[in-house]
Amino acid sequence: MDWLTALGFGERGWGPALLQGAVMTLLVSGAGLAIGAALGSLVAWAKLSGVRVAGAVGEGYAALFRGLPELLVVYFVYFGSSALLTATAHLLGVEGFVGVPGFAAGALAVGVISGSYQAEVFRGAFLAVARGELEAARAVGMGRWLMFRRVIAPQVLRFAIPGLGNLWQVALKDSSLISVTGLTELMRASQLASNSTHKPFAYYVAGGALYLLLTAFSDRVFDFAERRATRGMRREAT
Amino acid sequence: MMSLDFILATFLRLMAALQVTLSVWALSVLIGAFIGGGVAWMRLSGVKPLEWFARAYVFVFRGAPLLVQLFVVYYGLSSFPAVRASVFWPFLRDAFNCATLSCALCTAAYQSEIFRGALAGVPPGQVEAARACGMSSFLLFRRVTFPIALRQALPAYSTEVISMVKATALVSLVTLWDVMSVALKIRNDTLVTYTPLLIAGAIYFVVNYVIARIFIFIEQWLSPHLRSRSV
Repeated sequence: MDWLTALGFGERGWGPALLQGAVMTLLVSGAGLAIGAALGSLVAWAKLSGVRVAGAVGEGYAALFRGLPELLVVYFVYFGSSALLTATAHLLGVEGFVGVPGFAAGALAVGVISGSYQAEVFRGAFLAVARGELEAARAVGMGRWLMFRRVIAPQVLRFAIPGLGNLWQVALKDSSLISVTGLTELMRASQLASNSTHKPFAYYVAGGALYLLLTAFSDRVFDFAERRATRGMRREAT
Repeated sequence: MMSLDFILATFLRLMAALQVTLSVWALSVLIGAFIGGGVAWMRLSGVKPLEWFARAYVFVFRGAPLLVQLFVVYYGLSSFPAVRASVFWPFLRDAFNCATLSCALCTAAYQSEIFRGALAGVPPGQVEAARACGMSSFLLFRRVTFPIALRQALPAYSTEVISMVKATALVSLVTLWDVMSVALKIRNDTLVTYTPLLIAGAIYFVVNYVIARIFIFIEQWLSPHLRSRSV
């Protein structure tokens, strides 16, 4: 069996498995980024709210998850969420161990890590919104929700794009750690392929190349998004 | 089960394993600094092939997850009979060497970007002024470029160094007995679900905190001219 058949799409090739893994990597990282966005904006809001306790809780969460190894967080979320679900199931009268699906645990793990960093991205983006615009919105009598929807959210998203782009790359790479829980994303798929064919070099390099493709491609997407989002803004002459 | 004795015993075993974690960390950061410096130099050399190589290096080692790189080095290279027969085998057969090598190669990519950014941030006026005084390029680097760049690189560098402490947890997946893998082993042996992981997390957290404090101290020490202004 030569290299081409090994990586190809034939009967004995692992190409489709790797591609499926890449799709799973995209899905789980995407879900993680979304969970992280929810957590991150909550923490940013808590820190900006001026409420001492809320700010301290947010700061504590961010500091904790930025200080722990990602792999430890993955294990902890995986074991922890299963135990929590099993305990809940017991209360509802279901016996035995209930495992959390690998996808949910993985997305949650990537999400809590990403959220601890996204908090700073969103906080910085909010502070970059010109104060005058908020005052103007209030002056024309906008309610809080309308002001958030029309003035704050569009600009915060615009300013957050570069930071979110970086964190998306981080989420893509962190998602490889979920392979330890058995979810068949790209890393795990490369591992399965190399274990059953005894060609670890070929499959890990192929897996790595697919990761590079994903990161390079998403770089382009975020560049495009940034250019599009800032198309109405005045550029500083350089 | 959750006795103080158990917590203490776990803590002591994990502290013993901290030595492996810190060795991989310190060696890879140090080697990574040398490689990263070389890559940054190539990137700024103005020689096209060197510049392309540096770009490609950063793209590959920053774009792919460290876990993949680690497995390519540890499982991938050892699968070739030619490698096993070569002079590198005594080095590559050891998991510690493989782990340190991959961590160093990976952090080198990040460090080279930090160095590049810091060098680019040196005000051109200062370099011109030094030239006008007749400084040779080595003296200029030692007295002007390096001190300014060092100061500018420190905040990003501390982030990178701390993220390497966290990254060393991955070496547990290539049979090394670092804090992470010892915690998992204790967990498997004793069936105590969370305590070993919690203690391991606390150890990592404290290590990162101490490193962060050290960097803040160095930063203040190196920028006395900003001290009175800081709030």
